[in-house]
Amino acid sequence: MSSETKQILTTDGIPLEVSLKKAEKKNKIKAFLLVAPLLLFLFITYVFPIGEMFTRSVDDKMITNMLPKTFKAMEKWDGKELPSEEVFASFYSDYKILIENQTQGKLGQRLNKEKNGFNSITKKLMRQIKRNKIDESQSIKEQIMKTHKRWANVEYWQAIKRTAPPYTMAKYLKGMDMYFAADGSIAQVDEDRRIHRILWLRTLEIALFVTIFCFLMGYPIAHLLATLPMKYSNLLMICVLLPFWTSLLVRTASWMILLQTQGVVNDFFVMIGLVADNNRPEMMYNKVGTYVAMTQILLPFMVLPLYSVMKTISPSLMRAGKSLGGTPFIAFWKVYFPLTIPGIGAGCLLVFILAIGYYITPALVGGASGTLISNQIAYHMKTTLDWSFASAMGLMLLSGVLVIYWIYNKLVGVDNIKLG
Amino acid sequence: MSKNPEFVKFDKVDKSYDGKVLVVKDLQLDIAEGEFITMLGPSGSGKTTCLMMLAGFETPTNGEILLDGNIISNIPPHKRGIGMVFQNYALFPHMTVYENLAFPLRVRKMEKDEIDKKVDKALSMVSLNGFETRMPGQLSGGQQQRVAVARALVFDPAVVLMDEPLGALDKNLRESMQYEIKHIHESIGVTVVYVTHDQSEALTMSNRIAVFNDGKVQQLSNPSELYEKPVNSFVAEFIGENNTFNGEVSDISGDECKVKLSNGEIIASAITVKSKGEKTTVSLRPERALIEPSEKMDNMFSGKIEEVIYHGDHTRVRINLLGNPEFILKVPNSTSNLELKVKQDIKIGWNSSDARALDPK
Repeated sequence: MSSETKQILTTDGIPLEVSLKKAEKKNKIKAFLLVAPLLLFLFITYVFPIGEMFTRSVDDKMITNMLPKTFKAMEKWDGKELPSEEVFASFYSDYKILIENQTQGKLGQRLNKEKNGFNSITKKLMRQIKRNKIDESQSIKEQIMKTHKRWANVEYWQAIKRTAPPYTMAKYLKGMDMYFAADGSIAQVDEDRRIHRILWLRTLEIALFVTIFCFLMGYPIAHLLATLPMKYSNLLMICVLLPFWTSLLVRTASWMILLQTQGVVNDFFVMIGLVADNNRPEMMYNKVGTYVAMTQILLPFMVLPLYSVMKTISPSLMRAGKSLGGTPFIAFWKVYFPLTIPGIGAGCLLVFILAIGYYITPALVGGASGTLISNQIAYHMKTTLDWSFASAMGLMLLSGVLVIYWIYNKLVGVDNIKLG
Repeated sequence: MSKNPEFVKFDKVDKSYDGKVLVVKDLQLDIAEGEFITMLGPSGSGKTTCLMMLAGFETPTNGEILLDGNIISNIPPHKRGIGMVFQNYALFPHMTVYENLAFPLRVRKMEKDEIDKKVDKALSMVSLNGFETRMPGQLSGGQQQRVAVARALVFDPAVVLMDEPLGALDKNLRESMQYEIKHIHESIGVTVVYVTHDQSEALTMSNRIAVFNDGKVQQLSNPSELYEKPVNSFVAEFIGENNTFNGEVSDISGDECKVKLSNGEIIASAITVKSKGEKTTVSLRPERALIEPSEKMDNMFSGKIEEVIYHGDHTRVRINLLGNPEFILKVPNSTSNLELKVKQDIKIGWNSSDARALDPK
């Protein structure tokens, strides 16, 4: 058949395919122009910032730009013995320019992050240079080493060399509680200082449990919504959607009123005699608070996809299952449940991904044991102003989400997701 | 083998959903073993509710339903062992045809070999061998329908319920499926309770038909009796086509009565009318009235042709007769056809035994 297919011509003699393309072209252009504003918007607000974030997270050009001659001279240095006179001389001339521009302080701070003790010796060197104590006709190496004995320590020069590349993965390592050791290998930070790894694990744990809680609570609600008569289901739907129409901050604050030690829930427990008045349980500023508030806030994201899937399942399927001899449980488990899997997948993925990056609620009700990685990112954005580290962690979070999405796709298949 | 004439029994069953309106009123219905019974009626007449009560998805508000002598009102649906074919087939979309058919057998914990054997038998019954691995979505409407029938029969239920199973099929397929279901019923002798609003479907398939209206069984009889001898004007109107005259009984003697119309008097057989002066609706099948009858008939009138519609195998003639402008006649297509023209006056005749004086509309 295919070998016999000839090119089909229109009545005017133009090949059909060409004619079709011509006819469709106008529509295609129209369609593209319609989506163009959105594409542009997405590019400006999404692709561009992520790119920017990535450059910021690996950017280490500051020192590269500050000490151009030094690094050029260092290219020949093997990094084992003290560098040659040439390296010292280049460093001296670079540093002098920095002093003239009054940006030498930043170099000291940055190098100090690489190795402790740089700040003081650079300052000392600066004072010597400013007092014109360095005689440029003599060996600069000797004179620098004389200002402080650390300049004669090869480790400090190795630290400078490590900062030479314009890009660094150091921030990513820091996000995983690791760092580049003096010899350039990757090392773990001391056990008592590994805060990030705890936060990552806690974020995963809380997101996982919030997803499970949302599923356990959302499934029956969604089922009820899909099966109740219209007039009741509309009311219930409004109840489910009500949180959407209330400000996130207000909702979180209301949880604070409910859950605090002297709050409504504790008062009620005391009133019915469940707990003693002097032994009220802490339900806030810990994980419990984060779980409760996040589950409530994310519940609609589970209910809505489930509802939209359940709405399409004909009630006669369950009836068929029962009439064929299946107990109500078997009819549910073998017939109804498998048909809701696309909704479960969509709901769980949605809730999990939202939960993993949740910020406001854990910040307000989480306390010390309930904060998540996003709170740490915000902390570096606002308090330490280490934006490159915040960017690195943000990207790690993003790639984590992508990995989860990929695993999900392998296990369930994204085609099976049904959001509405 | 003696068949139980009261295999399924509805005993004084009432059903109300809201406590105000009775959807089913005092239903008394016996279904014999191996019978094909159809519940026929307009939508909202309570026929599907009856089926759902029998299947166990609705509970009777009052009265009992008995299956083979046992009260089943308190038995949940999955223990009743009643097969059911649903309106939209209700095939499990995530299971293959084989799995759909195996479902009722697996929940009964049958052996794999036996399941295979039974599924194979059921599929060959509906001539769908080789479709085991297909998903329901890959089947045509008629094939899905046959799978649904096979699934309802595969576990050898005593009773099979069918809730308008052919409603979604196109006309030709529907007709061939009617015969197929009828033949399956005849070959395995299962008791079938069939619900439909399509009267021709009911007439072709059933042993007996229960005509439902307003929550009550209006008439329960075999197809020919239902058509030939409707007991009230609803049945006469609902089954087949019907010409009606509204009038008043002017004389009654034995089986015959005279009915006075606004401009004329006709003779009819008295079915529900009892006394002189009663209001009545006389029902007459269009094919029982003849044009220019050759033999003598006790009702002979002349009317004017209003419209002639060619239908291929027959011609429908609308006549203004005795003040009824909607009087329909069916003239079979034959070589000796009369010339029928609009505005022409013709003679019409029928026997009084074919005109039934029923309750007034």
